[in-house]
Amino acid sequence: MKYLSEFRDGEIARRIAGEIRRITTRHWAIMEVCGGQTHSIIRNGIDQLLPPELELIHGPGCPVCVTPLEVIDKALAIAAQRGVIFCSFGDMLRVPGTGGDLFRVKSEGGDVRVVYSPLDAVNLARANPSKEVVFFGIGFETTAPANAMSVYAAKREGLKNFSILVSHMLVPPAIEAIMTSPGNRIQAFLAAGHVCSVMGYREYLPLAARFRTPIVVTGFEPLDIFEGIRRAVGQLERGEASVENAYTRAVTIDGNLPARKILAEVFEVTDRVWRGIGVLRKSGWRLSAAYRDFDAEVRFAVSNISSRESSLCHSGEVLQGAMKPNQCPAFGKECTPRKPLGATMVSSEGACAAYYNHGRFPAPGMVGNG
Amino acid sequence: MADSPDFNSLTCPAAPRDYPNIVIAHGGGGRLSAELVEHLFLPAFRNETLEDLGDSAVLHPPPGRVAFSTDSFVVRPLFFPGGCIGDLAVNGTINDIAMSGAMPLYLSAGFILEEGFPMASLVRIAERMAKAAREAGVQIVAGDTKVVERGHGDGCYINTSGFGVLPEGLRIGPAMAQPGDAVLISGTAGDHGMAILSVREGLEFGSLIESDCAPLHTMARRILDATPHVHVLRDPTRGGVASALNEIAAKSNAGIVIDERNLPVQPAVQAACELLGLDPVYVANEGKLLAIVAPEAADAALAAMKAHPLGGNAAILGEVTSRHPGMVLARTAIGGTRVIPMQTGEQLPRIC
Repeated sequence: MKYLSEFRDGEIARRIAGEIRRITTRHWAIMEVCGGQTHSIIRNGIDQLLPPELELIHGPGCPVCVTPLEVIDKALAIAAQRGVIFCSFGDMLRVPGTGGDLFRVKSEGGDVRVVYSPLDAVNLARANPSKEVVFFGIGFETTAPANAMSVYAAKREGLKNFSILVSHMLVPPAIEAIMTSPGNRIQAFLAAGHVCSVMGYREYLPLAARFRTPIVVTGFEPLDIFEGIRRAVGQLERGEASVENAYTRAVTIDGNLPARKILAEVFEVTDRVWRGIGVLRKSGWRLSAAYRDFDAEVRFAVSNISSRESSLCHSGEVLQGAMKPNQCPAFGKECTPRKPLGATMVSSEGACAAYYNHGRFPAPGMVGNG
Repeated sequence: MADSPDFNSLTCPAAPRDYPNIVIAHGGGGRLSAELVEHLFLPAFRNETLEDLGDSAVLHPPPGRVAFSTDSFVVRPLFFPGGCIGDLAVNGTINDIAMSGAMPLYLSAGFILEEGFPMASLVRIAERMAKAAREAGVQIVAGDTKVVERGHGDGCYINTSGFGVLPEGLRIGPAMAQPGDAVLISGTAGDHGMAILSVREGLEFGSLIESDCAPLHTMARRILDATPHVHVLRDPTRGGVASALNEIAAKSNAGIVIDERNLPVQPAVQAACELLGLDPVYVANEGKLLAIVAPEAADAALAAMKAHPLGGNAAILGEVTSRHPGMVLARTAIGGTRVIPMQTGEQLPRIC
C-alpha cells in the first residue's frame, strides 16, 4: 500500500463515476469546502466525468485566499522592519497586499524566508538571538497544531525573540455562514478531510441536522473525491441529511486528541474577518491569554494600517460559491497568476488559480465545462 | 566526491596551498591571477590551445555551420547529490549546443568568485569541470576569473560558452514540430530540481535523490543517426518538461497532448513532489532530452534512446496535434484532461 497510486486508479474512478451517473436523477449543487479538493477536481478533470446535473461549487477553504488583506498588510509592515526575520510558507509570498507583496519587501531588503514548518522558524529564533523572528501563522484547523506547537515550544524554551502573526480560520462557522446567506444554493458539502483529521467531525453533526444538509468527510485523491460525491448524491437522492465519513484512513469522529489538546491550550476562539466575505462570529483562533506575549500584532505596532481591496476583484463571490472563477470579468485579463488582483488567483489552492492554471477559460473550451 | 581535494593531482599545487581562500588579488590580473591559472586551471583543463595562454584561443574547427551557446550557473548549494556547479556548467552548455544537432567541440569558462571562497572548493569544482569535459570530448580553451568583495557574491558563479559544428543538411529546431509527430522523453522527469531541493533548507526525503546532470550530445547523435525524421530536440531544464513543451507548441504553432501516465518519474521524486506540492512536469532536468519526431520514426528514436546508457527509462509521452495550437494538454490518469500552462513565477530559484 503506497496510499497514493491506489487512490488514482483510472478504472475504479470511471466505475464510481458511472455509479454516480446512474443514481443522479436531477440537479444537485454540492460544495467542496477545501481548496485542495478544488485543485484535485480541476487538475484531474474529475468534473468532466460527472453527469451534467451535478454542479460542484468551490468553497472558501483556501487558507491563503481568506486571510484578510489587513493581516497581509500587517505582515508586509512587520517584514519590512529592520532586525526582523519574517518566515512564511511559500504560498503567502505572492499574495498581494495593498502596496505590494512579500516578494517586493524581500527585494527591497527585508529578510523574508520561506520555511516548511513553523518549528524551522523557532530554530531560526534560537540561532539568531539578536533578531526578532516572526512566523506568519495562517490556515485552517489543519495547519494550526504545528503553529500552536511552535508557540508552545518557544514559551517552554523561554525564547524572547519569537512571535507569530496569527490568522487562523475555522471551517464550521463558514459552513453556517454559507447556509444562512440569502440566495444560498448549496445542498450538500464535501467536508475537508485534513481539517477533520485534526478536529474529527462531531461538530458537523448539528450543522447537518439544522440545515438538512448531507456532509461527507472527503479526502483529496481522485477516488476519495468520487466516493465523497457518490455518498453525497446518494443521501440527496434518498432525502437524507447525515454526516458520513468517506476518509476513514485519516479521520475518526474525535480527530487527533493530542493535537486538539495543544490547540485548546494555545488558542482561543475569536471573531475573524474572512477576505472577500466579511466578519464571521467565532470563526477563528487567536493566541490565548497565556501566550499573548508571542503575538506579533502585540509585539509590533502595526495597528494603524489602511487596507484597500482591488475594485475589480470578485474573490468574495468566488469564495462563497456565488460565482465561478471564469465568470469574473477580470479573470485572465486584468487578473492572472502573474499579476493577481486577489488571493484566489495566487494560491495553488485558490479556485481562480486552479481554473487559470488548468485552462478553464470561459471561451468555447476544448477541455472541461468549468 | 572527495571531502578533501587532491592537490597532488595538480602538477604544481604550491600556489593554491599558500592561499587557503580566494583573495581579491586572485582576480586582479597580477601575479596571483597568473598563479591561479598556472597552478589550478591550466593543470586541470590542460590542452594545447589553453597552454598558449594568449588573449584569445585560436581554433581550427572543421568546416560547416556552427552552433554557439552561452549559459551562466548560480546553483545553490554548489555541491549537491549527483554533481556540482562545475559539471553542471560544462554539461549545461554542451547540452544547449547538442540540442541543435551539433557536436560540441570547445568551451570557455568564466568564474566570478567571492573573496574568501575556499581554494579547496575551487579545486574540486575545476576537477569536476575537467572530468566532465574530458568525458564529453570537449576542450575548455579560454577562461577568465574575477573576484568580488566578500558579501557581493555567493561563493562561485560560472559562465560557460561554447560551440560545435552541425552536420550538413540538418534542420531541426523548436519551430519544426508537425501535427502527428510523436513526443519522446529520454528518462525520468524532475531528478535535478528535487536533488537540489532535497539538500536545501535541510529537507530530506528518506532516500537520496541524485541530480541527472549529464552530457546529452552522444544520445542526440544516436537519435539523429537512427532516423532522418527528427524535428525537435530540447533539453527540459528550468521549468521542466512543461515549459519546454509549451515553448515548442508556441513556436511551432501546434498543440501537444501528453499522457500523464507515460511520464517516467522516480518514486522518490514523485514522493518528494507530493510532499511539497510540486508537479514533476515543472521540475528541472539536467540530463534529459525531449525529441519530437515523425510518427513513423517514433520506434526507431525510442530504441536509440533506450540503447544509450542514459536512456533506459525513455518513453513516448504523447503527440503533436493541429487542434488547440500553442497549447499543451495532459490526459489525466482517470480519463480527464487538463491544460499544462507555461509556469508563472519561479517554482525553485537558483537550481542551475
